[in-house]
Amino acid sequence: MSAKKKEQVYNKGLDSAFLAVYNGYSFFIRFFREAFKGRMEFQEIIKQCYAIGNKSLLLIGMTGFITGMVFTKQSRPSLAEFGAVSWLPSLVAIAIVRALAALVTALISAGKIGSSIGAELGSMRVTEQIDAMEVSAVNPFKFLVVTRVLASTISIPILMFYCTAVSLLGAYMNVALNEGTSFRAFFENAFEQITFLDIFTSLAKAVAYGFTIGIVGCYQGYNANKGTEGVGKAANSAVVISMFLIFIEEVIIVQVSNYFRI
Amino acid sequence: METLNRAEETLSGETLSAEPVIEIQDLHKSFGDLHVLRGVDLKVDKGENVVVLGRSGTGKSVLIKIIAGLLRQDRGKCHVLGQEASSLNDKQLRDLRMKIGFSFQNSALYDSMTVRENLEFPLVRNIANLSRSEVNEQIEYVLDAVGLLQTINQVPSELSGGQRKRIGIARTLILKPEIMLYDEPTAGLDPITCLEINELINEVKEKYHTSSIIITHDLTCARATGDRIAMLLDGQFLRQGTFEEVFETQEPQVKSFYDYNFIQ
Repeated sequence: MSAKKKEQVYNKGLDSAFLAVYNGYSFFIRFFREAFKGRMEFQEIIKQCYAIGNKSLLLIGMTGFITGMVFTKQSRPSLAEFGAVSWLPSLVAIAIVRALAALVTALISAGKIGSSIGAELGSMRVTEQIDAMEVSAVNPFKFLVVTRVLASTISIPILMFYCTAVSLLGAYMNVALNEGTSFRAFFENAFEQITFLDIFTSLAKAVAYGFTIGIVGCYQGYNANKGTEGVGKAANSAVVISMFLIFIEEVIIVQVSNYFRI
Repeated sequence: METLNRAEETLSGETLSAEPVIEIQDLHKSFGDLHVLRGVDLKVDKGENVVVLGRSGTGKSVLIKIIAGLLRQDRGKCHVLGQEASSLNDKQLRDLRMKIGFSFQNSALYDSMTVRENLEFPLVRNIANLSRSEVNEQIEYVLDAVGLLQTINQVPSELSGGQRKRIGIARTLILKPEIMLYDEPTAGLDPITCLEINELINEVKEKYHTSSIIITHDLTCARATGDRIAMLLDGQFLRQGTFEEVFETQEPQVKSFYDYNFIQ
């Protein structure tokens, strides 16, 4: 490949990267512009909240329970070395509340809800259903995007609290089976070290993750093209991009919350 | 290029003046390096059915998407009911779209909704303060008009191709449009269903007094539904006139189009 050709390819790639960032930014701004304008589709938001919760409840419950149980089992030997097994409930609770529950919920939701939103809107785009809404004088962005992003932002924190509870239950089962600790003693010990900041940070994370999963899924689906191939690509990109953004947000939120902790 | 305009059109026993509802001048549209429309001129009078014929990829669907405001032209004028769609704000565009019905090639029915919900969706969002009984009455009226009242509680996946086309048309009729845009209304349908759809297009014109643009490459549909035919070739209208006027020519591209439809 000649140097000129290489430069052309490089410039084209750079152009599309900037264009993608600009389009993503415009979509993000449009969400806030449309969300507070005109009639709110409450019925559709509730329908989407139900769909998101219903789709993920079992999977998040099972994953959360196993995470709590396995994390407790893996942490025991290290604490036992220092004769600190009695700290196990506190350690597990801190890990679950501060990091694990929000991350487990977000990653499972990114896979399950993000891909589903991407595929659904993508297939609506390629079968011209979104165009049909537009020519029927209905705002498809408001009906499809705003409702799904809000539903995801509302549902993920609820699922996160559910995941926290189930993970702690898994941890308790492991501790009860091994150390014979009572339910009350376990939870008193577990919540001793949990502060309001921990819960608030978790909630903030879950809200950010929910918004990210919703907006990335909607963006990918809403802008899908190239037929069925585009639908698959939209679903796949929705998962990959939202997972990547979730980890970036995790780092930022942890840094900010640590600043307040000190 | 040959342009033959009609001065007056008689419709349902009443005489309508030749008032243009769509006026297109020197319309250009490109997608990257592909110059699809290269200076299109078209006028659709009130109460007139204009059929746009042309091979696949000549920009027929692009033309009606520009009219409906789904795409923007690069250059030229596109006046719909006296308004330039590309210069309207969101609210004005929404108001204009309420007067335009668009029947999509693949019907574009909302597949997660029943037929009733498909029809109710644009109605309740565009017309405020309708009671439940008024909504039901209007849904039943348009379903009856397309002859599919019995499908009211079915979902699109349970319908045949022809039924989906009819429901798609019913969904546009519920807002009582002044202009109908049909994108390949008979594509992928058997000959009998094609005839039924052609009849429906003519019935819509009579019952709802609409002006229409019908995009097709089916000459049977063109002859049955069009008051005027416009032949789109290489991004421009090569010929316009009645069916006979357009095809009374030795122009090889037009002749081959005719021969393909009626001889093969």
